[in-house]
Amino acid sequence: MEIWRLPISASQRGKLISAGYTSLSSLSSISSSDLARELNVSESEAMNILKVASHSRGSETSNASCSIVEVLDTFQWWAGAQSAWDMLHDEESLMHITTSSADLDNILGGGIHCKEVTEIGGVPGIGKTQLGIQIAVNVQIPNDFGGLGGNSIYIDTEGSFMVERAFQIAEACIEDMSEYNRFLRKDFQECKIKMQPQDILENIFYFRICSYTEQIALINYLDKFLSEHKDVKVIVVDSVTFHFRQDFDDMALRTRVLSGMALKLMNLAKRFSLAVVLLNQVTTKHTEASFQLALALGDSWSHTCTNRIVLYWNGNERYAYIDKSPSLRSA
Amino acid sequence: MELLDVGLTEVRSALLQISEIVAPPYQTALSLMEQRFQNEHLGGHFPTGLKGLDAALCGGIPFGVLTELVGPAGIGKTQFCLKLSLLASLPTNYGGLDGRVIYIDVESKFSSRRLLEIGLRSFPEIFQMKEMAQEMAGRILVLRPTSLAEFTQSLEQIKVSLLQNQVKMLVIDSMAALVSGEHEQGARRQQTLSWHISFIKSLAEFSRIPVVVTNQVRSRNHDDASRYCFQVQSRDGAIETPMQYDSHLVAALGIQWAHAVTTRLVLEAKSGERFIKVAKSPISPPLAFPFHITSSGISLLSDDGKEVMGPEINAIHYQGHNEIINFGMEGLH
Repeated sequence: MEIWRLPISASQRGKLISAGYTSLSSLSSISSSDLARELNVSESEAMNILKVASHSRGSETSNASCSIVEVLDTFQWWAGAQSAWDMLHDEESLMHITTSSADLDNILGGGIHCKEVTEIGGVPGIGKTQLGIQIAVNVQIPNDFGGLGGNSIYIDTEGSFMVERAFQIAEACIEDMSEYNRFLRKDFQECKIKMQPQDILENIFYFRICSYTEQIALINYLDKFLSEHKDVKVIVVDSVTFHFRQDFDDMALRTRVLSGMALKLMNLAKRFSLAVVLLNQVTTKHTEASFQLALALGDSWSHTCTNRIVLYWNGNERYAYIDKSPSLRSA
Repeated sequence: MELLDVGLTEVRSALLQISEIVAPPYQTALSLMEQRFQNEHLGGHFPTGLKGLDAALCGGIPFGVLTELVGPAGIGKTQFCLKLSLLASLPTNYGGLDGRVIYIDVESKFSSRRLLEIGLRSFPEIFQMKEMAQEMAGRILVLRPTSLAEFTQSLEQIKVSLLQNQVKMLVIDSMAALVSGEHEQGARRQQTLSWHISFIKSLAEFSRIPVVVTNQVRSRNHDDASRYCFQVQSRDGAIETPMQYDSHLVAALGIQWAHAVTTRLVLEAKSGERFIKVAKSPISPPLAFPFHITSSGISLLSDDGKEVMGPEINAIHYQGHNEIINFGMEGLH
């Protein structure tokens, strides 16, 4: 590996190259004080450079020298990589979050998957925000009733989160739970549902975002937030497109920012085993000499999320269509 | 990294710290609810005086978000706005917000005589006294921008003086007229509109006031998208009969605007009667209420809304309008 690929500052790199150190091997045999003298930098800086260099060199040479026999061992080498067998075991024990609609749960294979990013889009007024609030409430169903018993984060970019509605949904959820309770546990003692709608509301962490910089900053901050609040099991973003549709002149920048954001969210989903639900808007797309509706943010965004559900009107009813999913059919 | 001339780890930690500072603080939904109920009038809603509508909207027009009134010409949008502005200027024991109202009148439809008439008929005890009437009417500030640029300027001034002048409501009548008066077309127009949308929304959000915006209608043309690509594909054999559109009207300003407003109230005329429908709202079921326009503003003919299923709630009808005009004239005489 060459010097220019080391993650050190530009001026340090420049000094290294001008002093004659053009490859890593040349750095391997020098001590930090000599390096400091040659480069005219402080000793601690030189030690840092050497540390970085040896770190990257270590992984390089090992990669080059692994053989076929040691393939299975090297799987552990790449930190974070799992063999497919282990992953199957993980997937089977994944939990789902129910959407409170039996049909939607069926086509989703049990509900919203954890460790995955799901995108839900539709025309205005079809119920995306309602579904988002429902998911934020449903994730709190305790384990005894088949739920995850976790908290939720609701990131609101449009201001459409109405607390009164969340309260109504929470009340209905508790009613559902007590009915279910009555059904199944008739012979056992009456376990009263101790949850109140206020408790459910207390477990929804609400963030209000007013610009796209806040949105980016929040997603960066979520890492720290999630390590402090380990109970969070779902992140709902409503809607992920709003701030990116207004006054973004540079389309390429927008695509970069969006894909960076999507990657971070996927990362969060995997690391903390939670589900990420993104709500999206629609726009008109001109294809084959006619205008059709398509989800906003463009084609490059459609590659970034794992699952995609589109909500639409069919006659007098609302339908959901699974547009993209690695494990489920379109339905 | 190149710019700041520091190492990667430092950049990463700087990024994290900056993000932490920039990111907005969180609130639990419970504390949000408690806050709203304590600080704001009626838990964050502005009652319109129309009982059925208020019940459907959980109290009234919500604070801090955009509410849109859309309907064909002459159906009563401006009347509704006049009534609302009047209500907002009244003191709280009469159900008002006890504050100023900024009324942005693009089409010069504001009539102070009509305003006073409404006031006189609905709240005679206040408006019969001349000083009180003057004070109430004095709380409504009317702006008449003649172009989009002027509107933008006044918006920015409004944002600055919102809190100082105790402005409690903003009415824009009508948004569509402002935008359609511009010469630009297509993508540029969308961009300017989107700037205004986010500005008005942030205005509403940070000052927690109700914002009412009126919108016009335009006829539906063939280009209007209403289907997704997978919907078209699924019908392959049978010749698809085009959906019978019984309304040829759609709201102006496009689908981006439709996403941006939080609550949409559609006013329409169907078989000689006028209806106000709650077309899009996160807290209400889709209900339609018949109403008519009287000398005291708008009143509902029935407080029980009729539930409207499906996309019908978004359709805008304009039938039997001539009868309404004649009926209205008789009513006024």
